[in-house]
Amino acid sequence: MAAMILLLLTAGILYALVSRSTETFREYGIWNFITNPEWDPRPATEEYGAMSFILGTLYTAFLLFFSVSSLCPVFFCRGPFQRGVKYLLAGIPSIIYGLWGFYTIRPLIIDLGINAQGFGIFLSSVVLAIMIIPYASSLSTEFLSMVPNKLKEGAYSLGATRLEVIRHISIPSSISGIVASYILALGRALGETMAVTMLIGNTDRIPRGLRDTGNTMASVIANQFGEADGLKLSSLIAIGLLLFVITAIINIIAKLIIKRVSRL
Amino acid sequence: MWLFRHWEKYCSKCHIGCGGCFSVPYYNMVFRDFMHANPGTTVNYGAIGSGGGIRSLRDHSVDFGASDAFLDEQETESMGSEVLHIPTCMGGVVMVYILENVDSLRLTGQMILDIYLGKITRWNNPLLQALNPNVTLPDLEITPVYRSDGSGTTYNFSEYLCRISPEWNHDMGKGKSLKWPAGIAAKGNPGVAGIVLQTEGAIGYIGSEYALSLGLPTAKLKNKTGNFVDATRATISAAANIELPDDMRATILDSEDPNAYPISIFTWIMVYKDQQYGNRSLEDAQELVRLLEYIISPEGQAVAAKINYAPLSAPAVVDKTRKLIESMHYAGEAIVSSTGLLE
Repeated sequence: MAAMILLLLTAGILYALVSRSTETFREYGIWNFITNPEWDPRPATEEYGAMSFILGTLYTAFLLFFSVSSLCPVFFCRGPFQRGVKYLLAGIPSIIYGLWGFYTIRPLIIDLGINAQGFGIFLSSVVLAIMIIPYASSLSTEFLSMVPNKLKEGAYSLGATRLEVIRHISIPSSISGIVASYILALGRALGETMAVTMLIGNTDRIPRGLRDTGNTMASVIANQFGEADGLKLSSLIAIGLLLFVITAIINIIAKLIIKRVSRL
Repeated sequence: MWLFRHWEKYCSKCHIGCGGCFSVPYYNMVFRDFMHANPGTTVNYGAIGSGGGIRSLRDHSVDFGASDAFLDEQETESMGSEVLHIPTCMGGVVMVYILENVDSLRLTGQMILDIYLGKITRWNNPLLQALNPNVTLPDLEITPVYRSDGSGTTYNFSEYLCRISPEWNHDMGKGKSLKWPAGIAAKGNPGVAGIVLQTEGAIGYIGSEYALSLGLPTAKLKNKTGNFVDATRATISAAANIELPDDMRATILDSEDPNAYPISIFTWIMVYKDQQYGNRSLEDAQELVRLLEYIISPEGQAVAAKINYAPLSAPAVVDKTRKLIESMHYAGEAIVSSTGLLE
């Protein structure tokens, strides 16, 4: 029953997105809409394309991955206190991360000379990374703890050191789980809206690099939905549909990987 | 069933309007005061953006819509029957900036547009410095900030620049959202103000009521007669001291009055001239007329001034607006008002 409701709900969302975005796809064609970098809301020269937002999202996610990999050891800490802090971080609403990024991280970015006003892909990416690491690392800790004790004990009995057990037993047997948890976290980051909208600069063009300002798919919807009408409204919903599809694909990949690891 | 019946009764005296964000604080206050003065009447106002407000008025799901821009020809046609534009108060678009040791800044429209087009990129630009001989402008990058959401503020700002510059008119045009070549964007007046206040060297355009309430540093702008004018309630009201059309669908940007602040605007409530539509009763229509009269009465306008909107002060403006309200009709007959507020 509950499964049925969930299914109906998902189908309903998908239907709403598809039916409201057909106007755009009919006007430009799916492929053209995806690859067109122009976003021009002026009535005389109205033209909408999703490319600059898709790229903005990908740039943010791309940089995010480097920040994640450099920051994640910080969060792989054990002990009840550290774990408590981690869960606390995972539970903070994203608007608070946005405020913190605005008032605390942005001056740092300006001081580092990354760009003049601090806003942009770099800033939002760093804040997003800090935001999703607790989420990703909680999941991966679960996978690490799923490694059978027999394997580890076997290794210890053969004289392996703790480091060798981690390197050769724990990590290899849970690596796909860890990867999957980061992919799930990436899916969450792609759709993150509030914090990014506050930090990315919201410029509707292809970012010229990681230091430039841009706009992600989620933040352009949040920014422009209120006053949108006609073709613009339909284009924003079409971007929503694209984001839905991308997030769904990422989730499916993650689920497949998790399935593989749980068979071990 | 009881609940529903009760609810219906309660709602028979509702006016639900929705529209642009610029005027929300004013409407919140003036509607509250109106409800105090008329117990049993409820006015609900949803700030869903003027696009949404016009859509809802067209669908007959609200009694009035509100917007900072009057309907264009195409929109007027789509509304079905004649829509009246009732001006309710005035506002302006001000340039807010943050510069250390600079407490007074003069700008011209041409310079504003050069900044937003990315042609003037540093504060110590010779043109800017020449205009401001009394201050030393720093060698600092200018970060122009604009609205990321579609807004009446952007519309009025860009319309003003269109008026003074054929170049802007051609390259940028006017609209609730534009395609900007330079700068960064933020959502809403608070978003723009937040970025400007936190970023040394930033400049942004903001609704006057917001900037005046917070006492933000604003630039003096050169008006049509060549005077540099501060944005205050009085200079914004002064912009309406010009010849206005009877339907009040007029822009007062770049006004010819010597004391006028150049980027000044009306904000309107839109209602159908023929009030007999949907399930509306005569009482609904009368209630709406009472509300509109209250808004433009001295009492209602005093509320505007209290929260830094510029009141409709010129006698000609009040007179023409009153004529508009009087022209509303129900089933072919004028709607009789009983407030006596405008006598």
